Amino acid sequence: MDEALTTTLTVNGTQVTRAIPARQHLVDFLREELGLTGSHLGCEHGVCGACTVRVNGEIVRGCLMLAVQANGCRVETIEGLSDSKELAKLQAAFHRHNALQCGFCTPGMLMAAQDLLNSKQRASRDEIRAHISGNYCRCTGYQAIVDAIEEVIKTEAMNG
Amino acid sequence: MGKAELPLHAPGTQVDKGYIGQSVPRANAQRLLQGRGAFTDDLRFPRLAHVAFFRSPYAHARIKRLDFSKALKQPGVIGVFDGRAVAEYCKPWVAVLAHLKGIKSPEQFAIAIDRACWQGEACAAVVAESRTQAEDAVQLIEAEWEELPVVVDMEASLRGDVVIHEEFKDNICFKREHDTGGVDEVFAKADVVVEDTFHFGRHTGVCVEGRAILADYNAGEHSLTVYHATQAPHMMQDIFSRHLGIPEANVRVIAKDVGGSFGIKVHVYADEMATAALSVMLRRPVKFVADRLESFLSDIHAREHRVKVRLAASKTGEILAFDLDDLTAIGPYSVYPRTSGIEGNQVVNLTGGPYKHQKYKARMHVVFTNKNVTCQYRAVGHPIAVALTEGIVDLAAQKIGMDAAEFRRKNLIPDDAYPYTFPSGIKFEKLSHHKALDLLLTTMRYDDLRAEQSRLRTQKVYRGIGLAAMIEVTNPSPAFYGVGGARISAQDGATLRFEPTGMVTVMCSVTEQGQGTEAIFAQIAASAVGVSLDKVKVITGDTGVTPYGGGTWASRGAGIGGEAVLQAARALRSNMLDVAAHILKADKAELDIAGNTVINKLTTEKKLDLAELGRVAYFRPDTLPLDFQSELTVTRHYTPRQYGFTFTNGIQASLVEVDPDTGFVKLLKHWCVEDSGTVINPMLVDEQIRGGVVQGIGAALFEECLYGPDGQLLNGNMADYLVPMAGEMPDIICAHIETPTLQSQLGAKGVGEAGTAGAPAAVMNAINDALLPLNARVTRMPFTPERILKALGKVQ
Repeated sequence: MDEALTTTLTVNGTQVTRAIPARQHLVDFLREELGLTGSHLGCEHGVCGACTVRVNGEIVRGCLMLAVQANGCRVETIEGLSDSKELAKLQAAFHRHNALQCGFCTPGMLMAAQDLLNSKQRASRDEIRAHISGNYCRCTGYQAIVDAIEEVIKTEAMNG
Repeated sequence: MGKAELPLHAPGTQVDKGYIGQSVPRANAQRLLQGRGAFTDDLRFPRLAHVAFFRSPYAHARIKRLDFSKALKQPGVIGVFDGRAVAEYCKPWVAVLAHLKGIKSPEQFAIAIDRACWQGEACAAVVAESRTQAEDAVQLIEAEWEELPVVVDMEASLRGDVVIHEEFKDNICFKREHDTGGVDEVFAKADVVVEDTFHFGRHTGVCVEGRAILADYNAGEHSLTVYHATQAPHMMQDIFSRHLGIPEANVRVIAKDVGGSFGIKVHVYADEMATAALSVMLRRPVKFVADRLESFLSDIHAREHRVKVRLAASKTGEILAFDLDDLTAIGPYSVYPRTSGIEGNQVVNLTGGPYKHQKYKARMHVVFTNKNVTCQYRAVGHPIAVALTEGIVDLAAQKIGMDAAEFRRKNLIPDDAYPYTFPSGIKFEKLSHHKALDLLLTTMRYDDLRAEQSRLRTQKVYRGIGLAAMIEVTNPSPAFYGVGGARISAQDGATLRFEPTGMVTVMCSVTEQGQGTEAIFAQIAASAVGVSLDKVKVITGDTGVTPYGGGTWASRGAGIGGEAVLQAARALRSNMLDVAAHILKADKAELDIAGNTVINKLTTEKKLDLAELGRVAYFRPDTLPLDFQSELTVTRHYTPRQYGFTFTNGIQASLVEVDPDTGFVKLLKHWCVEDSGTVINPMLVDEQIRGGVVQGIGAALFEECLYGPDGQLLNGNMADYLVPMAGEMPDIICAHIETPTLQSQLGAKGVGEAGTAGAPAAVMNAINDALLPLNARVTRMPFTPERILKALGKVQ
């Protein structure tokens, strides 16, 4: 059951090679093997979005992808995108607007929001709401999250 | 020091003295934004073992045999334990309270012994080197069961054809009757009597972080450190101490970051007690994190009420009396230590609460069933009480032919009537129903919306406007739990330590669940001491560090913990000024602190930097007079005692559009006017209200734990149990009235539950308002498209 496969992947810019049990989810691997505990487990069946990470530039559910499937892939987590400052504007806006309470969903929410920024610069409020509707937040009521993302989108648009 | 000294955000207030009332971002949000929080499951310990539970597949069954032989042979397995083994280390409990007269519940063990009473009850525990290994081994436990009769329906439970616990003669956990007298006479003579039955679905909190506990027993010193996703560290310290037989001071409970609580994480859970016991048994750290499927089966559920309510009114529109009959089911056990009798009790206390009628009669039964246990979840009882009050009030207005807002204005308790005793016996210090109603109607442009609604109806667009006035229990005194014998503190404490560089460390017994506790305590401390916000660091959630106190529940953190911080901060400032007076050889009365500096009170001239004060006090006290000792760490406590609860009031409104062909409800907008006394941080208050509203909307439209007739949970996962997502939620407009409580210097009341209390009622009334021209009405939450289409007669 615990057959391990040698897997090489790049996580936040660093190449790692590990023998990974075939059944281990990507997010379990990141958390348990690499100690990257910023990606959270909320449901383990692909609904809540708390484990959202980026694989080869696309956001994925870390609980629906096996770690061995990431062989040869570029994986980015909240820790990496914080250090690279890619998320800095969103993080600052989330902070200003109090777009988080307990913060458990926040890393996944930021991943989804950044994906929207990267793909479409001028999303409307409704489009923002639709885009983050795969990420579950139980604390905020979502409004401050939408406000924060909208502010970044508008600022980016103004700055051309 | 008087209240006038408190730097409220009055016009002209200097920023550096007046953080109270300002929307300051939370300092502790920064680490969470980078994924650098420390949730319990993020912690790493040497020799950490993991527990997984073997849970009953049946709602009610005798455990005839458990065979662990195969499980024990699995790789990584450290031990497999049944209820008797764990009971050697963990005493069982009975969740009753003396002030809930007659409440009864059977003894509950950390791991079920001989009998499982709901699907999901833990019947054995596997401890292994990894969670994966533990879960693998759980699959290999062999059990022989004898299924027992199952009681699922609460009416059947009340009838008592099958009695769940053989030591009792019926299934009634608790009942209460209340009667002011004269109610039947009023109903017999009233011009108008309306009656309806409301149903409230069983739902649950769905914290995105599952329940989590890491217990670390040290055999060398017979001490237990528990890292726990909890709202009440001191309560848990007491529980672990008494039930595991470890001296209280040897038990330390640490709540680091907690991923949502909402009342879910304030109870004693059998599997968590088992985890702590297993750490003691195995003399090593043991961790349990509930996965999502376990969460649905074992996190407390809430609500599940059936309430018949009647209202008597005069033809001129005066409410004369309420009469209600509430039935609620709580699962097989009352939950320890708060009991599961509180929600029903609150329904009796609060129903009709905003209105000035004098006659009131209520009857309430809490019954056992073979479903997961229920207990206090955000807004305990309020969503029920508000919905059935406001639902029946709307019906009365309709029958009399009055506008819903006008009918409320005629009946709300006048703003100058306080202090006021409501017929259920609860006392209001000072509420502002009429101001709140006026502000709501202006904010939402009520008249315009009504005109638009009429216009759209002619085009067959069915919009509805729903109002929900409410009262809420906040800042509870010891009358809530302490008087009943529960070792739950209504008091909180704060310690403030002045640091040598001029910083202030605040340690408070109220915990941070994300609501912003630490941020507002920093605002209060900075304002009262006279330092800038960046000079304040707040520590919460550690029984080894903070003063003793209740924690986070019942909307009490700001009002009780905040007052303790304020009192401690004022005392610290006074002590700092004592030191400054000696250093400066000045009269203390002439000095003040502002902007991190000791100043002359009159001229505001800067006299002494606080870092210099710290340097002298800590490193050169030899320069101070021999008969003087500086005291730059102070502790103060606060307990509200003048009233049982510091009631707040508010009113919500919902605007919806119902599609009569599909039964879908579109939420167009939501408003909430709230009077929570002094607002410390408007941004945090508003977002907490919004979050609460969204949870209330969940109850109204989506959320229900569905059980089959065999007591099996049918939708216990996130895909099937629906919760509100961003795309379905409306913008929520908040407005405030500030009527500070005069019981404290801070004047803050609670706000954490307001949104959840009123939203279901507002949405229900809006839906029924939309359905009115179609002669349909819904009273069974959640209002799914199916239920709305049934009400419209479009489906069977």
